[in-house]
Amino acid sequence: MSPCATIAVTDAAPRDDLLTQTGLPARGAGAVLVIACGALAHEVLALKQINGWDHLDLTCLPAIWHNHPERIVPGIREAVERHRSTYKTIFVAYGDCGTGGLLAQTCDALGVEMIAGPHCYAFFDGLDRFTSREETTSFYLTDFLTRQFDAFVWRPLGMDRHPELVPLYFGNYERLVYLAQTDDLALDHKARDCARRLGLDYERRLTGYGDLATALGAL
Amino acid sequence: MADENELILSELPDDELVTQMQDDLYDGLGEEIVDGVNILLERGWQPYDVLTKALVAGMTVVGNDFRDGILFVPEVLLAANAMKSGMAILKPLLAETGAPKMGKMVIGTVKGDIHDIGKNLVGMMLEGAGFEVVDLGINTAAEAYLEALAREEADILGMSALLTTTMPYMKTVIDELVEKGRRDDYIVLVGGAPLNEEFGRAIGADAYCRDAAVAVEIAKDFIARKHNQMSA
Repeated sequence: MSPCATIAVTDAAPRDDLLTQTGLPARGAGAVLVIACGALAHEVLALKQINGWDHLDLTCLPAIWHNHPERIVPGIREAVERHRSTYKTIFVAYGDCGTGGLLAQTCDALGVEMIAGPHCYAFFDGLDRFTSREETTSFYLTDFLTRQFDAFVWRPLGMDRHPELVPLYFGNYERLVYLAQTDDLALDHKARDCARRLGLDYERRLTGYGDLATALGAL
Repeated sequence: MADENELILSELPDDELVTQMQDDLYDGLGEEIVDGVNILLERGWQPYDVLTKALVAGMTVVGNDFRDGILFVPEVLLAANAMKSGMAILKPLLAETGAPKMGKMVIGTVKGDIHDIGKNLVGMMLEGAGFEVVDLGINTAAEAYLEALAREEADILGMSALLTTTMPYMKTVIDELVEKGRRDDYIVLVGGAPLNEEFGRAIGADAYCRDAAVAVEIAKDFIARKHNQMSA
């Protein structure tokens, strides 16, 4: 199976709206607990299935915290402390995610590892490659964020009610880059439409799971 | 045909008009703000009074409600846009009428970063508070900050960043000031979503500003201290 093979979001998969608002509870099985952003749930579960990583369990914090980075650090601290006695190892599948270095400090203090890099865009693309691109005028979407564009971008920024705000938010951007974890034509079309709504050029990059696969593979 | 209940701004007495303008600002109604500003000026109001009593007072309510989680970014942006419409009329008049000047700030979003919403809000609120603001825009290199500070004989340097990857550049700028022996010539204020007070201290800034309203208060406070030191 190719590293970016499509794992369909089926009825059995966690629902995006629940991942967005409430996250995903741990199942309590396995030696290693991955505490991830809800926006990574499908990708972590896909990697687990592809690679047969039965030793991994997954719990997710609400993906909408992407828009509220101040909630991430206390949320991670609480989750690590709650699950510490149940698992041999805990791993935090987050980048810095706008916490200004506080998440890394917190993980250090808690004695748990996390993924290197500023955000999931960087570790899907590959941290070194992402850094070397030096793209300052690109706005990124992943599979999850493309599916949830309205819930994460369009509505919270008030562009549904006030489309005149689009240039204020996105006037300095030039391009929307869809970092595709799966080769999905429907998502490609949706991401292209998101670019059109924001008035941006469009580019799709099939990244697969990037450094997320490497990080989880090392556990 | 006009609605019978439609509010005619020009028929309101001054105090009610000012209150109505604050409400209109809160609701982001730019055209109404322009009308209100023009009516007050026609009634002989000083531009500075229109600015402070109608616009800044209204924007202060917006800032407080944003801080308290009652308003969110879209509403603040709409209010800011409405204030900008009013400011466009008042700015040239303020220069002509010699309105009080608090000090001068050079402001910009740091190199590698294109996010300017917060920076623009701070600049506008500082202008409203009587500061002269020189906005260097986005993606600002250290040399551009230093050159502008010297050219403009500024009192304050304001730097903004939205990204964890770009916020360390603020230290590059401050280090450059230190290296040139010019650090103590300026009040350095920093802000942006991923920053915090600890970061501000660690890079050698004078203060971290949580939001635009806080930036105004801190800037005023530092300028007052500077004046006190000079007169001591």
